[in-house]
Amino acid sequence: MSFQTDRQRVSGLGSAKDGTHEWIGHRISAIALVPLVILFVVPLALSLGGDFEDVRHVYAHPFNAIVGILFFITVSLHLKHGLQEVIVDYIHGKKKLVLALLANTAFSAILGVTGVFSIAKIAFGG
Amino acid sequence: MADVNRGDRPLSPHLSIYRPMYTMILSITHRITGVGLSLGLVLVTWWFLTLAIGEKYFAFADAVLTSVFGGLILIASLWALMFHLCNGIRHLFWDAGYGFELQTAWRSGLAVIACSIILTILIVAISLGGS
Repeated sequence: MSFQTDRQRVSGLGSAKDGTHEWIGHRISAIALVPLVILFVVPLALSLGGDFEDVRHVYAHPFNAIVGILFFITVSLHLKHGLQEVIVDYIHGKKKLVLALLANTAFSAILGVTGVFSIAKIAFGG
Repeated sequence: MADVNRGDRPLSPHLSIYRPMYTMILSITHRITGVGLSLGLVLVTWWFLTLAIGEKYFAFADAVLTSVFGGLILIASLWALMFHLCNGIRHLFWDAGYGFELQTAWRSGLAVIACSIILTILIVAISLGGS
């Protein structure tokens, strides 16, 4: 006979252990991405297949540069949270789980930083 | 208190019990498009990196992405993005506590499918018109 309550006995036993702050963070990045996706995709759709200097000119514009950098920061956070949710649902075993979560963190960080670096380099004229 | 029967508790019914409905398909598609989009973003990030480092690299990346095969991947990614966007908005309404009635959930699901297709066609048209 245990003196723990039912609530205490199961607390933290879900696949993710805990994660309310991540759940909230995921929603915040989702809301931010609603306008950012549209503002990012339209100039991208217009630029694909364009002339090198012309396309650089598009992303050197402060509006497109700021939107682009905001997009890459927000989307890398959002995809980290999203992939993490999938990983904790489907990857079993502590060792595999930790490795997958580390790989996910590295993947999202590299993607986000590469995008920010690229647009910043173009915008600062390098 | 926690003096529980651990052996033969009833299991809640799982996926295989229910008749498949398109709202279930929409739910898993949200997750699949999310995972797929992180791969699509790798291509777009690569394109931006080449734009930052030099014309020779950009010419190659741009040629890959605007080839027939690359174009199909981009259009598929675009639809996935528009679906994830529209269905994501639907999820945000649920998170705020709205739209749980069965009729509403069915209708919003149909609206997500329609909007994702219309937005995809619109942006592909903008893209083809622009270059």
